[in-house]
Amino acid sequence: MSAVAVHLDRLTRRFGALTALDELDLDVAPGELLALLGPSGCGKTTALRLLGGFDRPDAGRVMVGGQDVTNTPANRRDMGMVFQAYSLFPNMDAHRNVQFGLRMRKMGAAQRKARADEVLDLVGLADHAGHYPYQLSGGQQQRVALARALAIEPSVLLLDEPLSALDARVRNQLRAEIRAVQQRLGITTLFVTHDQAEALSIADRVGVMHDGRLEQLGTPEEVYDRPATPFVAEFVGTMNHVAGRVLAGGRLEVLGSSLKAIGADGQQQGGMVEVLVRPEALEAVADEHGHAIVAERTFLGSLTRMRVTLDDGADLLIDVATRRGLPEPGARVAVRVTSEDALVSGPSTP
Amino acid sequence: MRRRRRRRPRLWRVTILVLAAVFFLGPQVSALRYSFVQSNGENGLGNYTQLFHDSALGSSLVTSLEIAALTTVIMLALMLPTVVWVRLRLPRLAVVVESISVLPIVIPPIVMAAGLATLQSHASAQISSVIFTSPLTALTPFYVILAMPFAFRSLDVGVRAIDLRTLVDAARNLGAGWTTLLLRVILPNVRTAILTAASLTVALVLAEVVISETLLYDTYPVELVNTGQNLVGVAVALSVLSLAVTWLLLYMVSFIGNRDASRARIGRLL
Repeated sequence: MSAVAVHLDRLTRRFGALTALDELDLDVAPGELLALLGPSGCGKTTALRLLGGFDRPDAGRVMVGGQDVTNTPANRRDMGMVFQAYSLFPNMDAHRNVQFGLRMRKMGAAQRKARADEVLDLVGLADHAGHYPYQLSGGQQQRVALARALAIEPSVLLLDEPLSALDARVRNQLRAEIRAVQQRLGITTLFVTHDQAEALSIADRVGVMHDGRLEQLGTPEEVYDRPATPFVAEFVGTMNHVAGRVLAGGRLEVLGSSLKAIGADGQQQGGMVEVLVRPEALEAVADEHGHAIVAERTFLGSLTRMRVTLDDGADLLIDVATRRGLPEPGARVAVRVTSEDALVSGPSTP
Repeated sequence: MRRRRRRRPRLWRVTILVLAAVFFLGPQVSALRYSFVQSNGENGLGNYTQLFHDSALGSSLVTSLEIAALTTVIMLALMLPTVVWVRLRLPRLAVVVESISVLPIVIPPIVMAAGLATLQSHASAQISSVIFTSPLTALTPFYVILAMPFAFRSLDVGVRAIDLRTLVDAARNLGAGWTTLLLRVILPNVRTAILTAASLTVALVLAEVVISETLLYDTYPVELVNTGQNLVGVAVALSVLSLAVTWLLLYMVSFIGNRDASRARIGRLL
């Protein structure tokens, strides 16, 4: 068995003058759930459609299980897909929807029914087998779509923003269910989303895409904690822009703290740079002689977000664990950096 | 508590409704009444019973129904894949195809009849014996063209009402070829549009006189006109029956359409 389940080799797709996908290289390991994350138009869905066989690349290859499937039509690719839009066939009930792919594979009626029962049970909808799509809620429809995709035992499962049409509660619940089913079956999965929380919470690895290119590929922790580029830092999570001074030995002085700098190469020692710091990497302590004032405080449940204004007029967001005694709006505070790392986005602009 | 004001229909609305009812229903009621007036001046079902004894009318009706069936099948076989393909792969060409589909309305049927007559006169004996001896083979291709504007629009509306791309991608992803996709996924989901297109085609075939009469084919509408010139009461009875059948057909289409729409409404509410 190949150590790589899916290999996208310098995949390129152009639409007129627009390059939607620019020499994308990507490997997905067997049993891995890889999330492609990015804003609209970054090329993530194009990559998924090329992998699914719904489109042909202008250059590059699609390899699945060591086989070149670049020119294999979608109906012969052995992939299951759940779409963003509700894709159940309206003229078939849930059971027949799930059986559709098995029927295409000429499976016998008894086997087909047994398999459909099995996967509907897997997604918790065994008692909705006779329901038509119009009798199912959005979440239930996506569960049936997942069952339908899994029924054919595909070599790769493709998920194209399957949760984006659902409300927050159902989305969170279904996300956990998808992950549980994926892990239980050990199925190689490519998950496309523009929702960073979704990508970080569900994936083994996250690929952040921008302008048809892969900006960074890594575990959710790597992508969040050590963003490779300012785009990744900005897109994944919230970032503060703070002025910092370049010190010797690749370090920075930011808000009075000395930090290890990422991306400070080529910056002149003593020069000012713009530094990206996460809200949870900052701390605000009540201090009459502090250099900032709490402008706003927002309760977010387990976290409280504070907006503080530095004496130089810059605003910072700070996330702290909710507890008693947090500085009230209007209180003067001292702001410190609690993280060891900081990302330099470029020379400081006056 | 605020009292809800009872809304009274305005006078002009009622007037328009009554006028429209008189305009549309008046002739139908008159025709129905007249159809029961027999040739001897007494009321009865004579005109209707005579219908079933008129062998020429009966055989022409069979011919026209055969033409209608064949026209409908060919029209659907040509138009449904075309509409699907245009919407799926060539959306920019949709306007062009739509414009072309209107041509049969713009070109008078007599021009087509003249064209067909020229074809007939220049065709070899072999081709004439295969195509032009039977109204089924001679008229069906022209009726397919004549039905195109109505069929295209009905099917296009139906196809646009479904999420075509997603359904196609889903079916392809599950292993369906194009034929399976059309027959098992798209066709059942545009059923109302297909029924509408089919009923309009049947209605057209059962009403087209110009081409068939010019080319001397004895179709049902031609016989209807001829009968009307000799036996007015029988012709009116036949018109009433035709109207009833057409109305029943359209009611069935509307009933199925409403059922599909209410299903879609329930789906949206869940």
